[in-house]
Amino acid sequence: MGYGELWEATHVELLAAAWATLQLAFGALVIGLIVGLLVALARLSNSRPLRRAALIYIEVFRGTPALVQLFIVYFSLTEIGVQFSSFQAAMIGLGLNAAAYLSEIYRSGLEAVPKGQVEAAKAIGMPHLKVLRWVVLPQAIRIVLAPIGNVAISLLKDTSVASLIAAPDLMLRAQDLSSVYFMPLEIYILVGAIYFALCYPLSLGVRLLERKTRH
Amino acid sequence: MAESTPLVRIEGLYKSFGNLDVLKGIDLSVQQGQKISLIGPSGSGKTTLLRCVNYLEEPTKGDIYIDNELIGQRLVGTRKVPMSDKELARMRTEIGMVFQRFNLFPHLSVLENIILGPLKVQQRSRAEAVELAEDLLNKVGMFAKRDVFPEQLSGGQQQRIAIARALAMRPKLMLFDEATSALDPELVGEVLGVMRKLAEEGMTMIIVTHEMHFAESVSDQVIFMADGNIVEQGPPRQIFRESQIERTRSFIRAVQEH
Amino acid sequence: MFDSIALHKAIDMLPYFLNVLGLGAVTTIGLTAAAFVVATLLGFCLALMRLSRSRVLSLVASVYLEIFRNVPILTQLFILYFGLTYIGITLPAIGAAIIGFGLNGAAILSEVFRSSIRTIDRGQSEAAYSIGMTRSLAMRIIVLPQAFKVAIPGMANFAIGLLKDTSLASAAAVPELTFKARMLVSETYQTNLIYFLLATIYLVLSLVLSHWAARTERRLKVVKEN
Repeated sequence: MGYGELWEATHVELLAAAWATLQLAFGALVIGLIVGLLVALARLSNSRPLRRAALIYIEVFRGTPALVQLFIVYFSLTEIGVQFSSFQAAMIGLGLNAAAYLSEIYRSGLEAVPKGQVEAAKAIGMPHLKVLRWVVLPQAIRIVLAPIGNVAISLLKDTSVASLIAAPDLMLRAQDLSSVYFMPLEIYILVGAIYFALCYPLSLGVRLLERKTRH
Repeated sequence: MAESTPLVRIEGLYKSFGNLDVLKGIDLSVQQGQKISLIGPSGSGKTTLLRCVNYLEEPTKGDIYIDNELIGQRLVGTRKVPMSDKELARMRTEIGMVFQRFNLFPHLSVLENIILGPLKVQQRSRAEAVELAEDLLNKVGMFAKRDVFPEQLSGGQQQRIAIARALAMRPKLMLFDEATSALDPELVGEVLGVMRKLAEEGMTMIIVTHEMHFAESVSDQVIFMADGNIVEQGPPRQIFRESQIERTRSFIRAVQEH
Repeated sequence: MFDSIALHKAIDMLPYFLNVLGLGAVTTIGLTAAAFVVATLLGFCLALMRLSRSRVLSLVASVYLEIFRNVPILTQLFILYFGLTYIGITLPAIGAAIIGFGLNGAAILSEVFRSSIRTIDRGQSEAAYSIGMTRSLAMRIIVLPQAFKVAIPGMANFAIGLLKDTSLASAAAVPELTFKARMLVSETYQTNLIYFLLATIYLVLSLVLSHWAARTERRLKVVKEN
């Protein structure tokens, strides 16, 4: 069977699995964006225990493999009575992982806004919240867009790890199809091509963003 | 006055960067032992012209001969072909350049900066290279700092070392690209002093500078450039005091108002 | 939830767990080191190709980069693993893993190297050319030694990422940390304790790695001052 025929036979299932992968990545991204914001706020807060907790969160999630994090969310939590489906566990695990990186991106975005601007705004009597809303945030958002884009691309690739806890993603589908058609190499190459088709446009987009938001 | 073959001969030099024409037809000869100063407003093309001489910039059109040898290109029959990197490097060993920002190698000591060329390019023995370097360091007054690293030195000191580094290759020609423009005013003198000494020893020098007093006192010929062309060329007295060309005169006037 | 008998049982098995995981850790470290070397050598070549004046070389390197950066590493590992068997090469799983992580890592490191070379001021190369150095000599003696120092943080970051990524080799039955942990769990069902130990060991390894990198960077600065 050549690639053409194989694609004919499998593309419906593969594309359906690709759609599941996209949903997984998107869900994880949303979780990461929200939790990352909370962690960033904790990191920058005035409360020492909160700052400590945020730092520990970041260290732990950046210092351990995503796969291990998925194992813990999926397997370990059952012992305290929480049972997620593999898809949910993957989404949560990958989301929490991304949150650690995103919180640091938020923080450096905020810190990259020149302090002189904040001082100038305050000097003309602007209240603190307005300074945040009109001076700091717009600039910080411009700065973080491209790095967040990069996290999104990484998430899309990291969803492949979910297959190792048997979450129904593209890689798991590839595994199934391999045992049906006995052509693992060809199947994984097709799958690689699908991932490429999903990630490459995103990469180009992020690079365009990087060029546009560089002053 | 009998004229032997000029050390540098520039014919019909044009240089554009994209749509911007920086040099619009330069013809120039430099005899051995001559000191030529290039003066003019920013954007006149004087630095670009200098950098074409050692082919750091590739001319858009035109030929440059160093000691009658075409630089950067080779003649193959009647066609001109780019010169190999090795050939170009060989020709550059005869031309020394001093940069506005010194460009000393920060990961090497002062002595190592100077012996690097003789050692790695000219394949001299280490003993020979060190002797040469220490000699030059004495000449520029920096012997005491030979084991120090560039970042620990002032701008004037770094530039003097940069001059020693260029001289270590025993070049026939020295190019100075605004050698004092990046220096604090009180450090300019020590560098000009070294350049003056070099001039007195008979080195052929092409100097791009804003230091008008220096240019007037050291040069055999002064070239005033503007908008990519040579406006006027002549002995210092002609350019600085007796010019008949309005463009030259208004530049000299503007510069001397400071 | 935790009854004291189960807890004691778990603690009794602790030395056994640590032993097994310790062996896994050695494999993980070895795998990481080997892949790091492959990635560095190949990544360096790729960076030079990208920076070369030959359009062909530059294009080939760019294509390589795009492919390896836009496909998940797990997929790459599987393709390599099955691909090698297809062309008749039988490597032990760890060999395929070293190659797979090395090929992927080369793409990442080549960008680190390329950008660190580009941070070196052009004036440095020009000064080198002006004393008669060829492009390659200038690169070797002047640009690369300076670029290397700049590249260390990027290389350290990569190494830590690589350490974590080696956990994926467990899918190919390479006896590294994660694989050993899964084995222990299926053997003893002590899920929580084992995964906690697993996470802790990775954490310790990555912390040690980042401290070591920071110290190396600092030491290189001191050497210069002497």
